Amino acid sequence: MVLLFGLLFVPPEVAGLDLIGLDGGVAFAAEDAATEAAAQADVASPYQPAPQLTEKDYPTFLGFNGRIFVWIAAQLHLWFAAFVLAVPIFVFIIEAIGMKTRDKRYDDMAYEFIKVSLTAYSLTAIVGGLTLLGLLVFYPHVMTYMTSIFKESMIFYALIFFAESACLYVYYYGWHWLQGPFKKWVHLTIGLLLNAVGTLLMLLANSWLTFMMSPAGVDAGGVFNGEIWDAMHNFLWNPINLHRFVANIAYGGSIIGAYAAYKFLSARTPQEKAHYDWMGYNANFVAIAGLLPLPFAGYYLVAEIYAYSQQMGITLMGGIFAWLFIIQAVLIGTLFLSANYYLWCGLGRSEGGVRYYKYMKYLAVVIVAAFLVWFTPHTLVLSNEELKALGGPYHKYLGPLGIMPAKNTAVNIMILMTYLSFLYYRRANKIAVVTWVKAGNAAQIALFVMACANIFFLGIYHGYFTNTVYKVAASIPQVLTTLLVIVIATVIDSMIYKNAKEVAPQRWGRVPPRSQYALFLLAVSFTWLMGLMGYIRSGIRQHWHVVDVFRDNSPDAFTPSLGYATNVISVATILFMAMVIFVFWLAQISGQKSETPGFWKEPGQ
Amino acid sequence: MKQFLAVIGFSLLTIAAFTGYSNFGIPRIEPAPPPKQEKIDLGSMTMDQFIALGDRVLNGKGTCKLCHNDLGRAPMIKQIVPNAEKHLTDSRYKGEAKDLAEYLMESMVNPSAFVVAGFGKAGSNDTVSPMPDVSGGSIGLSEPELLAIIAYLQDSAGADVTVEIPTDAGDVAEEEEAEEREPLEDPLEIAAEFGCGTCHKIGEEEGDLAPDLRTIGATRDREFLRRSILYPNAEITEGFEEGMMPDDLGDQMFAVEVERMTDYLAGLK
Ligand code: HEC
Ligand code: HEC
Repeated sequence: MVLLFGLLFVPPEVAGLDLIGLDGGVAFAAEDAATEAAAQADVASPYQPAPQLTEKDYPTFLGFNGRIFVWIAAQLHLWFAAFVLAVPIFVFIIEAIGMKTRDKRYDDMAYEFIKVSLTAYSLTAIVGGLTLLGLLVFYPHVMTYMTSIFKESMIFYALIFFAESACLYVYYYGWHWLQGPFKKWVHLTIGLLLNAVGTLLMLLANSWLTFMMSPAGVDAGGVFNGEIWDAMHNFLWNPINLHRFVANIAYGGSIIGAYAAYKFLSARTPQEKAHYDWMGYNANFVAIAGLLPLPFAGYYLVAEIYAYSQQMGITLMGGIFAWLFIIQAVLIGTLFLSANYYLWCGLGRSEGGVRYYKYMKYLAVVIVAAFLVWFTPHTLVLSNEELKALGGPYHKYLGPLGIMPAKNTAVNIMILMTYLSFLYYRRANKIAVVTWVKAGNAAQIALFVMACANIFFLGIYHGYFTNTVYKVAASIPQVLTTLLVIVIATVIDSMIYKNAKEVAPQRWGRVPPRSQYALFLLAVSFTWLMGLMGYIRSGIRQHWHVVDVFRDNSPDAFTPSLGYATNVISVATILFMAMVIFVFWLAQISGQKSETPGFWKEPGQ
Repeated sequence: MKQFLAVIGFSLLTIAAFTGYSNFGIPRIEPAPPPKQEKIDLGSMTMDQFIALGDRVLNGKGTCKLCHNDLGRAPMIKQIVPNAEKHLTDSRYKGEAKDLAEYLMESMVNPSAFVVAGFGKAGSNDTVSPMPDVSGGSIGLSEPELLAIIAYLQDSAGADVTVEIPTDAGDVAEEEEAEEREPLEDPLEIAAEFGCGTCHKIGEEEGDLAPDLRTIGATRDREFLRRSILYPNAEITEGFEEGMMPDDLGDQMFAVEVERMTDYLAGLK
């Protein structure tokens, strides 16, 4: 392990070694600026401009494709990191719920979650080391440049990594020791600390990659002004932080869900089945809770990318990446459908739930319809040539459904319907005892109807009756409508069902096996989707290491086509799955004992 | 074990479905390669060729049409020159340009000096332009390229071309890490270098995958020919497939070669 940390720093002296004299005569203004800046820098700043590399500056090694190596290693690191950062967040929450309700089941489940993430933690470090190794071997100059700017934060990162390991180990190994009225508080505090440190770790790493997308604290030639905070607090840092934070939670939930599903399917006793069914349900709940706000975080990120650079925004949403969003829509649709399907299957757990079966098909129809609208391609123009060939940017019939307001409307409806599924599930087994049930239900129905009407109105009005500039104006009130409904309906619902009677006991474990496959679908799709979005996040930098500052001149500077990229992502996903299975397997054998009479000496013999 | 295999099989199928869809369910598009650094031989350029260079930069490396198109993201190219006079005398104008050429130059390197009403960055009340400084960053046009664009804009709007072809840029171009190759003089040598004859009938070559070029000047004008070489997919000659003719010739050929080729083809009557 210590070796790995050693790799985390590049000795600061290395920075700037090779960089001088690489700026041999160039004609273009930007590069002139770089040269000038370099000249000035010689006197004023200890920092060097971004180097101008040639193909020869990118080492090759045993015929490995450097980019693919780094790509896969980094992606694996990201998946594991997302998982191990997210699990402590909801483990902490579940543990707190257990503490509050004094229901030991929660405590046991939280413990089991963290146990699964423990082995994943070392794998995170290992693939992280591999990523770093790949970067040092294949992109030494890039690393030198990045280190020259971020050396302090990199050292800090390594230290925090130790702190996080310490917290995690105490949190996990101290779980059974730190029980009881006072000790539980201590334990929870350690859990909080673990989360704080983990989040800090993520923020630091995010700042490096957002610097590469929206550099700050450097001039046009890449000369650093010496203020590390400027470089860290660059334009896209917070949007990425938010998006990753939310996505991690949803992702962590989905992986744990897959774990529970697998244990459910291989469970031998009804008790085991019940336990893992319950665990899977909770994991799916976490995944949905993260999934619902995710599209909003995504819109915010894209809007900020546009605000940072219209050019980058157009590269993102126009061109080949436009098709990527079609694939993304398929994936997100899959996520929503599988999460909903799982909920619907769960209605069978109680006698009360069966009442609602008949409504589910309508929800399914609406969700699928919303999904299809979302899926409709918008502008698929690649270049001016294509524009001419198509005779315009929009498809004749699909065009009207392909525009952003229609898609926003669809997403909001989809989210509302998913929430409705959840409400049905929640009330499935309950009979309200308050006197105003009818009024409460009417209010909720009215709320949903009004919300849908409002979302449709906003979408249609802004989408088709105003000019381009106002087209996206609808999205914010739409989002607010959706969020408001979720909040108000939850409040009303919990009031209606306060002290409600149960129709019949919840029979955990009574779900068909196919429901568990919905959980696998969720986990696999989520993993693949994250890989896909990683490709575009990185891809919009195009042929730049650091956008507009440090050009990528390697043979691999080209933007991979979607087919190429998705093949890499699929290979990476399969590798990840294999490693995850290993992690699950370890969690399983750690609880097993073999009796071997006669193998060990009897004591005293 | 059976359970385990079923789950693995299911997951692999899911991944295969996504991969298959991404590979075959959507059109296969190869993203454009990173822009090459332009090789300009200004020494031997006529004004016409300089203007043509401007056209090329505008359509290609400049990525101007990413925004300046009919989607309403930016003013249409055609309107720029006619409107410039008005903008120069606009009370909101804060720049330093005195004539059209200076105004165009300023618009390109300091776009926020004047922001056309309604096109400013959201929330900036038309004080900040979304257009990047095209001389820097990822577009990185050189001075000669900027001047060529101005020449082209002036020329295509019917105004007098007031910029001059820079002369000192000749040395600048030499300093570049240019390829060893010198621009070729003879159009048939150019055709041989770029393999036009494998598809076309040209000179002694007898390709038959593409239109006969031996009398092409009789039916096509220079504009059309230049465009056919630089942007072969802009218009497809009837009876032929789109996407066959290489579309990166503009990146591989020297500007002079494109012009010589165009001249040569236009003369074949
Ligand atoms: C990212 C989008 C974008 C790109 C790329 C872009 N422009 Fe612009 N351009 C705009 C917008 C928006 C305006 C209007 C706001 C303003 O006046 O700055 C504009 C304005 C202009 C103007 C001034 C128009 C006037 O009437 O005052 C000129 C000239 C111009 N662009 C030329 C170019 C050229 C030449 C290129 C390519 C080298 C280019 N632009 C690339 C978005 C872009
Ligand atoms: C791989 C085959 C191929 C090569 C190599 C090729 N072309 Fe073409 N070219 C075509 C095809 C096919 C068309 C017709 C479709 C189109 O318009 O794009 C065409 C069209 C043209 C036209 C327009 C002819 C008309 O009547 O509209 C011109 C001019 C032309 N090519 C010039 C050239 C030159 C000059 C070269 C070499 C520098 C070249 N081509 C190399 C395949 C080729």
